[in-house]
Amino acid sequence: MTPHILIRSLDRGAIFFLLAIACIAILVPILNLAVPSTSAFYVPTYLVALFGKYACYALLALSIDLIWGYCGILSLGHGAFFALGGYAMGMYLMRQIGTRGVYANPILPDFMVFLNWKQLPVYWYGFQFFPYAALMVLLIPGVLAFVFGWFAFRSRVTGVYLSIITQALTFALMLGFFRNNFGFGGNNGLTDFKDILGFNVQAETTRNALFSTSCLAIMIGFVLCRAIITSKFGKVLIAIRDAEARTRFLGYRVESYKLFVFTLSACMAGVAGALYVPQVGIINPSEFAPANSIEAVIWVAVGGRGTLTGAVIGAVLVNYAKTYFTSGFLAPYWLFMLGALFILVTLLLPRGVIGTLRHWNALRRDRASAAAEDGVREPLPAE
Amino acid sequence: MLNSTGVVAAQRPRGRRWLAAAAGLALGLTAASAARAQDTIKVGILHSLSGTMAISETTLKDVVLMLIDEQNKKGGVLGKKLEPVVVDPASNWPLFAEKARELISKDHVSVVFGCWTSVSRKSVLPVFKELDNLLFYPVQYEGEESERNVIYTGAAPNQQAIPAVDYLASPDGGNVKRWVLEGTDYVYPRTTNKILEAYLTDVLKVAPEDIMINYTPFGFSDWQTEVSKIKAFGSAGKKTAVVSTINGDANVPFYKELGNQGIKATDIPVVAFSVGEEELAGLDTKPLVGHLAAWNYFESIKTPANEAFIKAWHEFIKNPKRTTNDPMEAHYIGFNMWVKAVEKVGSADPDKVIDALPGTKQANLTGGVSELLPNHHITKPVFIGEIRPDGQFDVVWKTKDLVPGAAWSPYIATSKNLIGDWVKLKCGNYNTVTKKCGGA
Amino acid sequence: MRFSRACLVVLLLVLCFALDWETARAASAADAITHFTADDFSETLTGIKEIAGSGDPRAETILRALQEGQLQFSAQRKAVYIKDVSGKLTDAVTGQPISGELPPDTDNVRLNNRLRGALDAALGGLTLLAKDPATRYDAAQAVFKSRQASALPTLDAAIAKEQDKGVKRAMQEARAAIILSGTAGDADKLAAVDIIRQRGDQDSLGLLASLPANTSPAVMKSVTAAIGAIKNRLALWEAVQNAWYGISLGSVLLLAAIGLAITFGVMGVINMAHGEMVMLGAYVTFVVQEIIRARDPALFDYSLAIAIPASFLVAGCVGILIERCIIRFLYGRPLETLLATWGLSLILQQAVRTVFGPNNRDVGNPSWMSGAFDLGGITITYNRLWIICFAIAIFIALLALLRFTRFGLEMRAVTQNRPMAASMGIRTSRVDALTFGLGSGIAGMAGVALSQIDNVSPNLGQGYIIDSFMVVVFGGVGNLWGTLVGSFVLGVANKFLEPYAGAVLGKIAILVLIILFIQKRPRGMFALKGRAIEA
Repeated sequence: MTPHILIRSLDRGAIFFLLAIACIAILVPILNLAVPSTSAFYVPTYLVALFGKYACYALLALSIDLIWGYCGILSLGHGAFFALGGYAMGMYLMRQIGTRGVYANPILPDFMVFLNWKQLPVYWYGFQFFPYAALMVLLIPGVLAFVFGWFAFRSRVTGVYLSIITQALTFALMLGFFRNNFGFGGNNGLTDFKDILGFNVQAETTRNALFSTSCLAIMIGFVLCRAIITSKFGKVLIAIRDAEARTRFLGYRVESYKLFVFTLSACMAGVAGALYVPQVGIINPSEFAPANSIEAVIWVAVGGRGTLTGAVIGAVLVNYAKTYFTSGFLAPYWLFMLGALFILVTLLLPRGVIGTLRHWNALRRDRASAAAEDGVREPLPAE
Repeated sequence: MLNSTGVVAAQRPRGRRWLAAAAGLALGLTAASAARAQDTIKVGILHSLSGTMAISETTLKDVVLMLIDEQNKKGGVLGKKLEPVVVDPASNWPLFAEKARELISKDHVSVVFGCWTSVSRKSVLPVFKELDNLLFYPVQYEGEESERNVIYTGAAPNQQAIPAVDYLASPDGGNVKRWVLEGTDYVYPRTTNKILEAYLTDVLKVAPEDIMINYTPFGFSDWQTEVSKIKAFGSAGKKTAVVSTINGDANVPFYKELGNQGIKATDIPVVAFSVGEEELAGLDTKPLVGHLAAWNYFESIKTPANEAFIKAWHEFIKNPKRTTNDPMEAHYIGFNMWVKAVEKVGSADPDKVIDALPGTKQANLTGGVSELLPNHHITKPVFIGEIRPDGQFDVVWKTKDLVPGAAWSPYIATSKNLIGDWVKLKCGNYNTVTKKCGGA
Repeated sequence: MRFSRACLVVLLLVLCFALDWETARAASAADAITHFTADDFSETLTGIKEIAGSGDPRAETILRALQEGQLQFSAQRKAVYIKDVSGKLTDAVTGQPISGELPPDTDNVRLNNRLRGALDAALGGLTLLAKDPATRYDAAQAVFKSRQASALPTLDAAIAKEQDKGVKRAMQEARAAIILSGTAGDADKLAAVDIIRQRGDQDSLGLLASLPANTSPAVMKSVTAAIGAIKNRLALWEAVQNAWYGISLGSVLLLAAIGLAITFGVMGVINMAHGEMVMLGAYVTFVVQEIIRARDPALFDYSLAIAIPASFLVAGCVGILIERCIIRFLYGRPLETLLATWGLSLILQQAVRTVFGPNNRDVGNPSWMSGAFDLGGITITYNRLWIICFAIAIFIALLALLRFTRFGLEMRAVTQNRPMAASMGIRTSRVDALTFGLGSGIAGMAGVALSQIDNVSPNLGQGYIIDSFMVVVFGGVGNLWGTLVGSFVLGVANKFLEPYAGAVLGKIAILVLIILFIQKRPRGMFALKGRAIEA
């Protein structure tokens, strides 16, 4: 039953997309590890790390697109779930350092040692075990999203109100994590990681493995999202997005639908954060900054809201632009470019890049099919 | 609201385009990285030009550009011109790590001058260790670190905080008996205050009830309650002083509130470790006259070297009103030490330069000669300055000799047995009791 | 004849005496002043004490000049000069003007905090009998702080002569402070404790807590009682003080949010660049002050009065420009507006950073916004007081504009029912542009006020944007009264939490409370009723 739903959810475009991601996931490590560094096809390690970062952002964008593009929930605090997942992973990585910290304390992370903590806080227990940490990566963002959503959706907080209280949520978490008394390293956050699952996080092979894992996570996330939006459940979500009151009057329990998809999305964001941390080597409270969450929404808008592939591509595109513009002589001007990009996309490409391409395609095909009625039409996706 | 046709519109395979786009992306980046120049020595500059830290770091980027420019006019280093590579990590810590990696792997820089906050240094540290490159870090910091790949040209706590407290406790400083340690809640104030607290209670024999420690968040702007708390604490009949480790942005509203609530330096002096000429340039300093700052450099110090430096800076930046400050001097010292080390080994290879750097001597701008110690910190003089009405500082006290920077504080229990020595021991956290490298 | 000769002799003698006496005293001031030429803090301190004790009529002038940083010395000539604001030079001892060049080694007589304290005390002793009551009051306060026993005779004389009630009390308090710190009898000391107890502020607490160890048990008992009473009184006032701080914070929030209440609350545009409008207003203040400093420094006290309309116009015009170029294409799509205006805020920030540099800019407080006064047991700073007044004035003006002007009527009509308003002949697009301009202009005026208490840097606006949205949403979108009440409630709640929870936890608690409150009342405190809001 389940495989059937998953396969049915995939149209040709989706399969192509998955194949492309799979190719990248395999190709990049091969080009990095197996090709000599003198070759023109060699991918340097720093690019692998960079692509890995993009992949995590793409997964975050996917999670936002699921709730914003298909359910109309604009969360301006999704960075919070991303960061919480990241912190859960960071805590695991900190515990793996063991006696290799500068003070060689087998239990306490360095920042606790020099701030005179005598023992490990209770909430750090268990994070030395990877399965527990992995569970927490899903559980912490999931539970927070569930509780938050439970209150918010039941009392019918919608639209901008919801956006703004999600922002308050991430802002409050940011202030909290900045506090050194919280036990998460304050402003410096968690850093100087050594091992993940026994492999050196800085080794090239580990980086490639993490990159491929991130791609795999995108693929799984993508299939999951497709499965949801092409199912009957997904149709209700879209109905909620387009006319919430009407859907409610038709007898659907809007809150439950929203709550489910919001919690799922938060878990996805948590996984993205967990994969992000070992690849960039640091997690700090600035990941909670409201600006980060807004930026993530903008990736989705650039790629195309309500097009899952668009979210992924938008995330990669904007972050590539950021990488490109923050170096060299353009560095002082990159904020102008980024700002202009947001304005132009919303004004000129309200459907985003992918959405606009699809729109043009649809128009062209409509014209073509009108001209030649006997043309073979592709099956419409069950969207 | 999104137009529903945008979603319902039929999807056609776009796979080829994605693939092409992805390949183009990868190739574009690889091609860019393939371009290498061997006829220059590249110097990376890793300072935020946008975001919250741009306020402090932009100046440091300019000062490194100036130093490179001057060096090139003298013929460069080893007969090669220096080529600056500027990137903008945008006050974003993961971006710092990414940009550091880019500078080293793609641009093949020989040295990087950069970072301001501790978290940015912590974020790039694994990258520098992994790729074995060299970072000059110019800002006063909390200590508790000594790394092979980092040269700390800013002050360690013993080169700033402790002399300042000593001064205030002396008759000239007002025989202070009661202390407020006010800081922004991050690692530098936390560590500095911990060291100071230990120093005050153990060495100066201050009773615990005469020390108040308080933390506020970043960018804190409503200081009414905090300032009145300080005022109340100061009314216990003992001379009180505030030791401020408040971070950049929060300082202006803090001083404005102090001035307005009428707390004069003669009543409760405030000594700050993060307030320099640059920060005062954004303030009306008249109500603040007499408050103090502890630094290793002040613009107002009259030496020929300093006057030449200020003149060169004004010419380079084309603005005679721009101030100079302590981290700028730190970059000046660091840059010249690097040039000397490169010339000594005859190569800009970071690995060789790192080994040649300890022991390098460089005249600083205040009349002494700073030396790079084996623990990768430098010797510096410590000055206490009082704020003047014109936004400059009047030096009221200075240490007799240059103070060697201590990587590990003797006042923190866990680090008192540690030393850093990259010359003989090749270890940043050697334990002098267990005679082992690695902290334990 | 003989008589006249005798008279002459006497006169001459008197004259000689007087002259001799004058020179003797002048010589002592002249001797004392050479201490200033040593450029050593301890020497300068000796100099200050000797000059204050010399009784020289110019002592006050010299010490005042030293306090103002106008005293110059030349070690070469062993001479000290006064260089006043206009650059005119006089000899410090004789008061004669100096012509010609000063020796090249001339430098300021430097001060440190210890010297400033000694100087305040010395001047306090010297000016107890000054003509101006305010100077006498300051002098009494200085003596209260320094507790110099040597000032006692002058103080007694001054008290006997004093007519002004307030000054007299301050002098009596100063006298009590000296007596308590000295070796007077118990009866005197008990009376003194009583006076200090009535003063009852933090300085009195400080005085009573630091009495010499030889104080007798009887006095100590009364001191302990006095300390208890003062502490009780201060604890009461602390609540008042928290409320005041809360109102002050609330007024800042109101200023930051009120423009947003128009653009977001009334028009439904989520303007993420709102904070940047505030920032623009602050930079306009900076520019206005720079121009005034360069052209006519005498106008400095009026700089804010000029800056308020200027910033309203600048920010308002930028707002209209934004509306015409970007926002009008995005009506009905609030979330897209959010993204576009976010991009805009990035551009504005970086533009300001490029033009003015990334550093903080110095915006000065005019004299009427500096300093503080005491009201009962709390200190009220003038700048906070004016900001509260300013915030409320803007609020009232805005209400009046909406209620009593044609533009206000049109604006309300357009926001309530656009097609209907259009069909009644209102040019809705013009009203949209003007409304957005109004909201932005008010944000600009808020920037003028915030420049007085916060950094003027490109990041200024970012610090307020989240708080502003919270206030508007908490108060209820589309309702100005909601914004007013919301900002003051949040401000006061924050300030009452802060002393107990600390600044960070207090803020977190407020955010959590807002989140919970929105669950309870999803449309804020003052929700608009009816179906129109669903659209």
